Amino acid sequence: MAKLTFTGGIHPYDGKDLSKDDPIRDVLPGSELVYPLSQHIGAPAKAIVAKGDRVLAGQKIAEAGGFVSAPVHSSVSGTVKAVEPRRVATGDMVMSIIVENDGQYEDVGFQPRSSVGKMKREEITEIIREAGIVGMGGAGFPTHVKLSPKEPDKIDYVIANCAECEPYLTSDYRRMIEEPEKLVGGLKIILGLFPNAHGILAVEDNKPDCISRLQELTRDEPKLGVRALKTKYPQGGERQLIFATTGRKINSTMLPADVGCVVNNVDTVVAVYRAVTEGRPLMERIVTVTGDAVVKPANFRVKTGTTYAEVLEAAGGFREKPEKVICGGPMMGFSMFDLNVPTTKTSTALLGLTKDEVAAMEPGPCINCGRCVAVCPGRIIPSRLADYASHFDEEAFVANYGMECCECGCCSYICPAKRPLTQQIKSMRKIQLAKRKK
Amino acid sequence: MGELYKVSSNPHIRSKVATNGIMLAVVIALMPAAGFGIYNFGPRALAVMLVTVASTVLTEFLFGLYRRKLTITDLSAVVTGLLLALNLPVTIPLWMAALGGVFAILVVKMLFGGLGQNFMNPALAARCFLLISFPTAMTAFDCDAFTGATPLAALKAGEQVKVLDMVIGRTAGTIGETSVIALAVGACILILMGIIDLRIPGSYILSFLIFAGLFGGHGFDPSYLAAQLSGGGLMLGAFFMATDYVTRPITGRGQYVFGIFLGLMTGIFRIFGPGAEGVSYAIILGNLLVPLMEKYTMPVAFGYGKGGKRREK
Repeated sequence: MAKLTFTGGIHPYDGKDLSKDDPIRDVLPGSELVYPLSQHIGAPAKAIVAKGDRVLAGQKIAEAGGFVSAPVHSSVSGTVKAVEPRRVATGDMVMSIIVENDGQYEDVGFQPRSSVGKMKREEITEIIREAGIVGMGGAGFPTHVKLSPKEPDKIDYVIANCAECEPYLTSDYRRMIEEPEKLVGGLKIILGLFPNAHGILAVEDNKPDCISRLQELTRDEPKLGVRALKTKYPQGGERQLIFATTGRKINSTMLPADVGCVVNNVDTVVAVYRAVTEGRPLMERIVTVTGDAVVKPANFRVKTGTTYAEVLEAAGGFREKPEKVICGGPMMGFSMFDLNVPTTKTSTALLGLTKDEVAAMEPGPCINCGRCVAVCPGRIIPSRLADYASHFDEEAFVANYGMECCECGCCSYICPAKRPLTQQIKSMRKIQLAKRKK
Repeated sequence: MGELYKVSSNPHIRSKVATNGIMLAVVIALMPAAGFGIYNFGPRALAVMLVTVASTVLTEFLFGLYRRKLTITDLSAVVTGLLLALNLPVTIPLWMAALGGVFAILVVKMLFGGLGQNFMNPALAARCFLLISFPTAMTAFDCDAFTGATPLAALKAGEQVKVLDMVIGRTAGTIGETSVIALAVGACILILMGIIDLRIPGSYILSFLIFAGLFGGHGFDPSYLAAQLSGGGLMLGAFFMATDYVTRPITGRGQYVFGIFLGLMTGIFRIFGPGAEGVSYAIILGNLLVPLMEKYTMPVAFGYGKGGKRREK
């Protein structure tokens, strides 16, 4: 059964003290907001507005491009300036809708709903779909798809991923401290979709204040429980989380629903709550701005489409020029070369580091020490897989479970020879995934 | 576009542990044994150590000059040199010690591709090379401090041995192998620092003791087993040589197989072989079988097999 932890994993410097104690503040966007049409996994959304149209905050400006897709909403009122490719945080050019902010923040008029309990399953998933909700922990998988498994009766656990194992990030922590009722409320709504399910709030034990607060709120809820998980990266990884809370195991070819689980991140659950009860689509999120290069690390409520540069400005900017700027956490986030790109539904954090540890270290030969094997949560042999990848031995890579890598980065982190193990495995996985799609 | 920042693939942080740090820790962990060797055998032991370390480091440096690659900063040559010295008798001619260092680094390590590519433990391979080439000098354990046979040879000849002396290390033998206490202190340092674990030493020693108990002719007599445990290169080999990262299996189960194999081979060599020693050859032989052991002990990824649902197609 549940062991509240998993085998492998690492304990990096967590840097959460930098930003965890400041209450969430609002950031007002600048004059121009950019809404990429691909902020999620799946088909890009299709723009339904054109240049010159006036839009309101909360108005749908692009509709889902398929079942696995999500609509996009404007987070401000203003005029559509253009629909054109724009650079996004990953460095790619993505078709985007550009809205000129009129500074009025006039919204479409959100309709709160009171009779949530009486709503049918299809109605609720439709609201979630229309609200454009996607997994906000970083992956961006459309939530309505996750909530529509083939056999809803066979779902035993709905898990709210409150682990926040990624170093430096504190946005989920602040959410849990400031709006725990919305988290619990959202979880109850999702639980309503699955008649046989129990709800689990899975929190790492480095957040005792969240645990006790959530325990108070769920005391009278027989179907809800809080689990204190051992603090270890990547405890919030989907496979590790399911194992730690239920003792069930999934591999890369399976979905959580295959073992009767549904997992959603804190911000996603809150977004579900707001969409269903308040009628508000997904148009803002909490972003942690932190790192030793930032003047005043803190958490911000950001309207999607605001640029990273504007969010950084709210945190006082950089105290010195950082060597590296990361979108997300230091373990799984990606580095950005420019800050004038929009935040999206999946922007968890902006991290500015004065020193780039990676560039300062010269990779040496593998000494076969086995540290990567010890920390790998996928229980595979990263050093060998990286070898297969660099020799382009596809057969050996796949036969030795190379596709099971979750790219958590533990192996590269721990490697005393400073070898880029995750990176080599990741590129080979991309090649293999691309071949499968053909 | 504004100012540009550096980009690279995740993760963006690295642990502080580096290869040379690990090597340095091994050197530190060998210090009790080395120090006791000098105390036990006199200053010539220090001379042997200096010669082997100088020889291994210089060989690697010169090879690095030829290949235009400076590799001695990883400190692995120092570890090899020190381990080699601890495996030599104090009376060995210094030129032989130096030759052993050259063999360890040049033939066993660098010619196979340098650190991480050697398939045998360089120090042990050099010891075996010297044993075969200069058997008399390599087994001359008479010195100023001690005369007569090593405890294991005495044990094999059916004589009484003083186990307490063996544990403390006041016996004849190679420079670094005699003191169980000094080696245990070093092993504890390595274990506490997380550099080695007990899989290999534990399964090695345990399987050897069981073998010695079954076939040694003394049954499970505690004093006989204690003498077998404390004598010869077993402690040095089990904690410092068999655990060498490069030449042991990387898989967890493979490490147990490796340890048990070493225990059995050491038992066979010591009890049925012509000599009293067997650790060096057992480890070298085990090193050669590492790829095979790894092949049959490859782990099953998380989510497959027991507890997982679907199997690999």
